[in-house]
Amino acid sequence: MASKKMADGGLPVIARFEVRHRNYIAPDGSIKRPLPAFASDAGLLTALYRAMMLLRNFDRKAVALQRTGRLGTYAVSLGQEAVSVGVASAMREEDVLLPSYRDNGALIWRGVKLEEILLFWGGDERGNCFSGPLEDFPFCVPVGSQAPQAAGVAYAFKLRKQPRVAVCMFGDGATSKGDVYEAMNFAGVHKLPVVFVATNNQWAISVPLRLQTGCETLAQKAIAAGFIGEEVDGSDVVAIRAAAEAAIAAARDGQGPRFIEAVTYRLGDHTTSDDALRYRSADEVQARWKEEPITRLRSYLVGQKMWSKAQEEQLAAECHERVEAAVERYLATEPRRPESMFDHLYADLPEVYAAQRRELAGDGDV
Amino acid sequence: MSEVTLVEAVNLALARAMEDDPDVVVLGEDVGINGGVFRATVGLQARFGPERVLDTPLAELLISGLCVGMAAQGLKPVGEIQFMGFLYPCIDQLVNHASRIRNRTQGRLTCPMVLRTPHGAGIRAPEHHSESTEAMLAHIPGLRVVIPSSPERAYGLLLAAIRDPDPVVFLEPTRIYRAAKGEVDDNGEALPLDVAFVLREGRDVTLISWGAMLKETMAGADALVADGIAAEVIDLATLKPYDEATVLGSVAKTGRCVIVHEATRTGGFGAEIAALIAERALTSLLAPVARVTGYDTVIPMARLEQHMMPSVGRIVTAARKACQYS
Ligand SMILES: Cc1ncc(C[n+]2csc(CCOP(=O)(O)OP(=O)(O)O)c2C)c(N)n1
Repeated sequence: MASKKMADGGLPVIARFEVRHRNYIAPDGSIKRPLPAFASDAGLLTALYRAMMLLRNFDRKAVALQRTGRLGTYAVSLGQEAVSVGVASAMREEDVLLPSYRDNGALIWRGVKLEEILLFWGGDERGNCFSGPLEDFPFCVPVGSQAPQAAGVAYAFKLRKQPRVAVCMFGDGATSKGDVYEAMNFAGVHKLPVVFVATNNQWAISVPLRLQTGCETLAQKAIAAGFIGEEVDGSDVVAIRAAAEAAIAAARDGQGPRFIEAVTYRLGDHTTSDDALRYRSADEVQARWKEEPITRLRSYLVGQKMWSKAQEEQLAAECHERVEAAVERYLATEPRRPESMFDHLYADLPEVYAAQRRELAGDGDV
Repeated sequence: MSEVTLVEAVNLALARAMEDDPDVVVLGEDVGINGGVFRATVGLQARFGPERVLDTPLAELLISGLCVGMAAQGLKPVGEIQFMGFLYPCIDQLVNHASRIRNRTQGRLTCPMVLRTPHGAGIRAPEHHSESTEAMLAHIPGLRVVIPSSPERAYGLLLAAIRDPDPVVFLEPTRIYRAAKGEVDDNGEALPLDVAFVLREGRDVTLISWGAMLKETMAGADALVADGIAAEVIDLATLKPYDEATVLGSVAKTGRCVIVHEATRTGGFGAEIAALIAERALTSLLAPVARVTGYDTVIPMARLEQHMMPSVGRIVTAARKACQYS
């Protein structure tokens, strides 16, 4: 580009930045570079595999429930299971997760019950009660709004000198919002123990990445906030886990925030209310199936003799059983009494609303 | 006891709260060394350090979102927004998160935060600095909206707001930040939230207002004495949830009600009170409920702003008219 040369006019370069890309396992299961230490732990790798499989089975069932009118709108993780599972697996229990609405894999890893997730999408606030770590945030629906909250959580950790890390997850669409930049900027200023993870699944409902940003990578957005952004192969769970582990360790160690762009692909519809064929071709999706994270890890595990056909069959049965049992518990959950909608409105319900509660309960004259 | 201005009372309450509770954190733009644009936080950073009195980047959404995150971790953040016109980026966090995180998580997480901001016109400020959109906030379930009208109530209500386990938006009447002076005993005692204050008892007409507009409302009550009209004046103080019982009790006694607020009329909080009275006290009414409010227009800049705000004359006229009925 000759014009660029001219425009430089011999001015000195005062800063240069770079963005690294992390990937270990190729789509065919082969190894691209030496794996991180944890990958020699067959127990851990198979646990990641199991979690991704459980999530895929759970998603399939949730969609079936929605199609038969027993669940509300639901957001599947199809194709991007590695991100939320990999990230959560690098967290400690005492860390705090601030998930988006699509991060079921992370919630399940952290101990949230499958029936709680069903309750949430089934329209019952008790789904956000979470049997997992009690300080984790509920599903966040307003896109990106959890990011400034994550900075607040991390600030509290820092103020109290607690060695804990806030992990904030959102999609590529969310990175267009000021919320995310405001949060990252503040986290950079105060070197807060927070890790931001953007799951770049290429689509924000029907809007492709190229209409979301003029950036080459989302990872570089961290540079403007003063910290490291890394691009990671989001369909390689080993890479995700390694990146999250490094970022969380650095944050815990007082080195400040990190940003991870997990590049992956949403193979399914945006939610059960969406029809992705309206805005992208079946061919595009078909091509992306070659990269998806579960087959990829399985190929590696089988190649390493860490996984067998018998184990696969057993896992399928286990997943089926777990999901079916959760569905049964979900469907058997009695609805809350209507007036209970007031129960957690304020710490102490003001009398004016207590009267409305009595009205709803049909308690006498109000 | 000493005589202080309303903004000094805010400062005293903040200092007291920070002294009493290490979880209290003050944050906002310029709240540190500068002590806030109105000096509400003056001296706090020197006393409590930059970690607890925190100058944030210029990002209002961030301030409110930080408060939610901190509060969910058990801190008691008190965020400052420099002017109410810049509060709007916070609405998302207030509506979607602060006010409902307790409900969404069925009590697993809570949000004991306070967001303070100056409220109202009359200080000849630039555009966007003179907002009184309290009705917008009072519409949000799970929130508390509090407006003090004197140094004493600013001190006591702010302490209550900080100690409250739920989110509170604390609107400080800019026009009387320094004009209102009063004795404040810095004894750490809070005043009750959700309770209206009867500033003056009377049998003929109930005047209801809040914030800076109580100045004109009280002056109106004084002027009405010459007509032989004894006005009862109520400072609503907490708009969400508001003290319906005191309103209804007073209207039952006087049979007449004039509501005074400087916010625009349509959908203003006066409409809510008028509807309550229509529903629950119609039979005690001797005259239609009247509203004396700002006009339904953009708040004019300095040269015209006083024409938008209710004057003592408009209040007196409305009260007289109510008293001439039947
Ligand atoms: C603030 C906000 N605007 C719009 C929506 C409606 N909406 C829900 S999901 C979505 C797309 C989000 O895309 P992305 O952040 O990439 O996450 P993904 O759904 O791909 O996981 C939109 C526009 C919303 N939930 N929140």
